Amino acid sequence: MTAAAEGAPALRPAQSRRTSLLQSESAQGFALISPTFLYALVLLVVPILVVIAHSFWTQNYLTIDRTFTLENYRIALTEPIYRDLLMRSLRISLLVSFFTVVLAYPIAFYISFHGGRHKGLWLFLITIPFWTSYLLRVMSWKVILGYNGVLNSGLLGLGIIDEPSTALLYNTSAVVITLTHAWAAFAILPIFVSLEKIDRTLIEAATDLGDGPLRRFMRVTLPLSVPGIVSAILIVMIPTVGDFVTPRLVGGKDGVMIANAIQAQFGKGANWPLGAALSVTTMAIVTMMAAATVLIIRSAARLAR
Amino acid sequence: MSGLRKILSNWLPAYAFLYIVFLYLPVIFLPIFSVNTSASPKFPLSGFTLKWYEELPHTPALLDAAWNSLMVGVSAAILSTVLGICAARAITRYRFPGRRTINGLLMAPLVLPEIIVAVSMLLVMLQLGLSLSLVTVVLGHVLVCIPYSLSVLTSGFEGFDRSLEEASADLGESAFGTFRRVTLPMVAPAIISSLLVSFTISLDEFIMAFFLTGTESTLPVYIWGQLRFASKLPGVLALGTLLLVGSFVLLTLAEILRRRAARRTQNTGGVFA
Repeated sequence: MTAAAEGAPALRPAQSRRTSLLQSESAQGFALISPTFLYALVLLVVPILVVIAHSFWTQNYLTIDRTFTLENYRIALTEPIYRDLLMRSLRISLLVSFFTVVLAYPIAFYISFHGGRHKGLWLFLITIPFWTSYLLRVMSWKVILGYNGVLNSGLLGLGIIDEPSTALLYNTSAVVITLTHAWAAFAILPIFVSLEKIDRTLIEAATDLGDGPLRRFMRVTLPLSVPGIVSAILIVMIPTVGDFVTPRLVGGKDGVMIANAIQAQFGKGANWPLGAALSVTTMAIVTMMAAATVLIIRSAARLAR
Repeated sequence: MSGLRKILSNWLPAYAFLYIVFLYLPVIFLPIFSVNTSASPKFPLSGFTLKWYEELPHTPALLDAAWNSLMVGVSAAILSTVLGICAARAITRYRFPGRRTINGLLMAPLVLPEIIVAVSMLLVMLQLGLSLSLVTVVLGHVLVCIPYSLSVLTSGFEGFDRSLEEASADLGESAFGTFRRVTLPMVAPAIISSLLVSFTISLDEFIMAFFLTGTESTLPVYIWGQLRFASKLPGVLALGTLLLVGSFVLLTLAEILRRRAARRTQNTGGVFA
């Protein structure tokens, strides 16, 4: 130590002061964020690891048998009931993310390119219903789509239908409509942000070079907004697969989703390891589906350019 | 070309209008049917009444749930804002390894299926032998609120000019004095906005509360229980309307404050005015 210090007396103090300053800068930052970080670690990361661990265990009445087994995954992946629920949940979340993004894109485009001074107000108007209770929004769809609900009684009153339609509530399309409405705002924000980032001179350049509005949109605006579309899809697809309020309130027998099965395992069914395996399977498969969708969109965007 | 543009420029505002209608229409039905005399929500409306609202204060279970929601909301708002302040300050002020990873972790509850987060927490609580109560609900709500607090506070702290703090210190102000007289006035709107937003999220949050509560219920859990009974629907609609109005007021306040915070930190000249 001393020999080394004597070897470079002029250089060392300055260098060590700089590293210690850097260290203290990162140390301070880390110390400041550590309460929040620890909170998320203890209440999010550890619980998820515990769930993963449980998915490899079995349960005898109230005691957990900690011998490693893949039996839960076999049940989760091969039992027809869980397989069907999982496939239906994936189909629903795929449909919901498709509709949400397709419906949200023009709005995000309108606000970004034609919003003018009122961009902030528009965004606020659009996010407000999203902030309000999710349970209440689902409930209002139950009121609208019900047998004696708003839509049926309204259509009856107008003489468009003769008797209440049962096609509206308690099926998969009711779940898709409700979720598309519930997640609308979530898709608009990321698309809006990516449209805002587009350099407007690129669009002018395309116009100068003779591209019409449609061609300009397809070849410049749309490909450049792909990051926003991608995050919108991720932000809608992954959470919707695990929804259990909507299927319970408006889904009926045909609209039950995997989350209802997961909930049953942690409630009356009381088979935690199976519930854990169902959770892990759902997460893994929806992540793969989301990744595949993102890849397809990215390569499509590359082709369009 | 100009024809297409004309169609587009007419079509987009019309679409935007319809979209707003689609967003708001379902929500509007709650207040409409909460003042309707008929017990089932259908057209034509049968008459105006406030009786569903008058019944609300005479339901002890509802009052308990409202009190519980208030307690949970206030605790969750304070906790998540304090944790959010630490994180937002660290992220906007310091550079340290793992900053992005930690930020990603803190934002993760936003994109994870809520049921999986809730079920994992439930499993840990039960394993630890903790009895489920409003405390466990608060713990869950804080986790859900942190992403929102963090983004509100980060946008408020960003662009915060550190030279102002340094100037205050150079002019002989103590560390506490600098904090109270320089830092706090600039970030206060963002902090209040974070408190309001987290309170609203907690007030409306259902899934975490449903899984993590013991025998006591919060307002959304109470509503969920009532939904099984068709005859209770008007009361639920009235309660839902009150919740909607409350959320709307709180969020509007939060948005106004957030904008003020953003203006303050960007336009430092206005701070001392």
